[in-house]
Amino acid sequence: MPGVSGRALLALLALTLLAALALMVALAVGSVPVHFDDLLAVLGGGGDPLHRELLLSLRLPRALAAFATGGLLALAGALMQVLLRNPLADPYVLGLSGGAAVGALAAMLGGAAAIWVSGSAFAGALISTLLVFGLAQGVGGWTPTRLLLTGVVVAAGWGALVTFLLTLSSTAQLPGMLYWLMGDLSYARSALPAWLVLIPALVITLPLGRSLNVLARGSLQAASLGVAVRPLEITLYLLASLLTAAAVTTAGSIGFVGLVVPHMLRLMLGNDQRLMLPASVLAGGALLTLADTLARTLLAPQQLPVGVITALLGVPTFLLLLYRSR
Amino acid sequence: MGHRKAAPQTKVMLETRDLLIDIPGRADGEPLNLRIEAGQRWGLLGPNGVGKTTLLHTLAGLRAPRRGSIELEGTALASLGRKAVAQRLALVFQERQDSFPATVLETALIGRHPFLSPWKRESAADLQRAHQALAALSLEHLTQRLVNTLSGGERQRVAIATALTQAPALWLADEPTNHLDLHHQTAVMALLADHARQGAAVIMGLHDLNLASRWCDHLLLMYPDGRCRAGAAAELLELTALEDLYSQKLAMAQVNGTAVFIPG
Repeated sequence: MPGVSGRALLALLALTLLAALALMVALAVGSVPVHFDDLLAVLGGGGDPLHRELLLSLRLPRALAAFATGGLLALAGALMQVLLRNPLADPYVLGLSGGAAVGALAAMLGGAAAIWVSGSAFAGALISTLLVFGLAQGVGGWTPTRLLLTGVVVAAGWGALVTFLLTLSSTAQLPGMLYWLMGDLSYARSALPAWLVLIPALVITLPLGRSLNVLARGSLQAASLGVAVRPLEITLYLLASLLTAAAVTTAGSIGFVGLVVPHMLRLMLGNDQRLMLPASVLAGGALLTLADTLARTLLAPQQLPVGVITALLGVPTFLLLLYRSR
Repeated sequence: MGHRKAAPQTKVMLETRDLLIDIPGRADGEPLNLRIEAGQRWGLLGPNGVGKTTLLHTLAGLRAPRRGSIELEGTALASLGRKAVAQRLALVFQERQDSFPATVLETALIGRHPFLSPWKRESAADLQRAHQALAALSLEHLTQRLVNTLSGGERQRVAIATALTQAPALWLADEPTNHLDLHHQTAVMALLADHARQGAAVIMGLHDLNLASRWCDHLLLMYPDGRCRAGAAAELLELTALEDLYSQKLAMAQVNGTAVFIPG
């Protein structure tokens, strides 16, 4: 790890254990509870064939998808907060989830297969990214405020289109659409694309940590300390957008993970991005894995959209943190 | 300044050629031909909005001039990368942004950023530099405090400590005594003078004529109509010129051999 102190390593170790624990819980808990010994047997390559099928084909892919999505969202949130110099920014603040939602709902409305829903959501996210980028660029480049305002207004536009698409939909289509909008991991068929985005993104951002620390002090201060501000900001924007697009494509627009996780870590560990970024991935992944386990077991056999759980957990947590930080 | 040029030991830190700073909507002023040498302490004087901050930002390469060129230690500023510039000059800003919590020590330590590669952590020597800088501004008891919980004057000293950690050959300081009490004003000025003696050059925007009179050996007067006067402080600290500069009646006295100005 670049520039990580002993205390930081300890924090990362603790978060890694938490992440491993969350994955174990996600595998063990469900309509058929699996005992810890059986779990270890299956992970060791043996065990009951029924357990093997249940764990490796059903629960493991979903748990891995949940973990990657949580990691993507938390990392995107942490990057977005530095980019906008605003600790209250989240991955969706620039309207990306709105673009993805319009893409996904339009595909659902057209009766497209699930794979096309994902593809259309990804396309919508990219269109929104480029739209906001182009509009905010304008004459003479963007400032964080200009970028934020452009994103918020574009998001409002997407919001109107989402409502419009919902009114056009049939009653049979509506529940699926609402589940997508709340974020739901039962759509996740493969965790692979999410991991293929998450791992390289983390590797790219790790050496940027100290530059991000400096950028958090403002663009002029960063430039005077030797940071090439504009290239760094564009990298951040595109990276955060790609991470968010990969997350919403996997599981719809799950709220609050990208906002609350970096914020919580900042209050506990300080704002050194060299620690914040890997910690966000681990904590975000663990949080969403646990939230998804709750979502599929709380009212079983009825499954809740995981976004309901993250919002129900996130809203009070966030208010509490806000209250305590005066 | 003709005799200075001849002296072999003078080192030119910063030189501007026909420099016009770019203030939107403002007509071209008088082009600046400044030559700032190691060891010199320049004061930048002028009324509000005349472009002192813009000039300092332009000299730091943070904004492009309308016309003309700047050379930093003999190299065109425009041809240097941000990192190379930051290894030579530090800018103390008039305003700061504290969106995120950071401790005083972390803040001072970012002064080492231009000297570290992306994969490298601050060394023990870097940490020691930061501690020394904080001690020089009597902040050593506040190292673990969050910057946003400090007073305005303490934050100003943290900003100067950050520049000190950067150890620049050229200091650009935008009203470095902002928010400081009298003792710390003097301490900061003495610190800058000390660095000038050790071979750094200092350019500071000031509003206090008495600080300029006591601590600067050269001045640049910037007039609202775009005129500029640069030269030795002793020649420019003259009552009518300063009254003209600020459109303000002044009274002058000599205290301990230093000219003192009071608004009349």
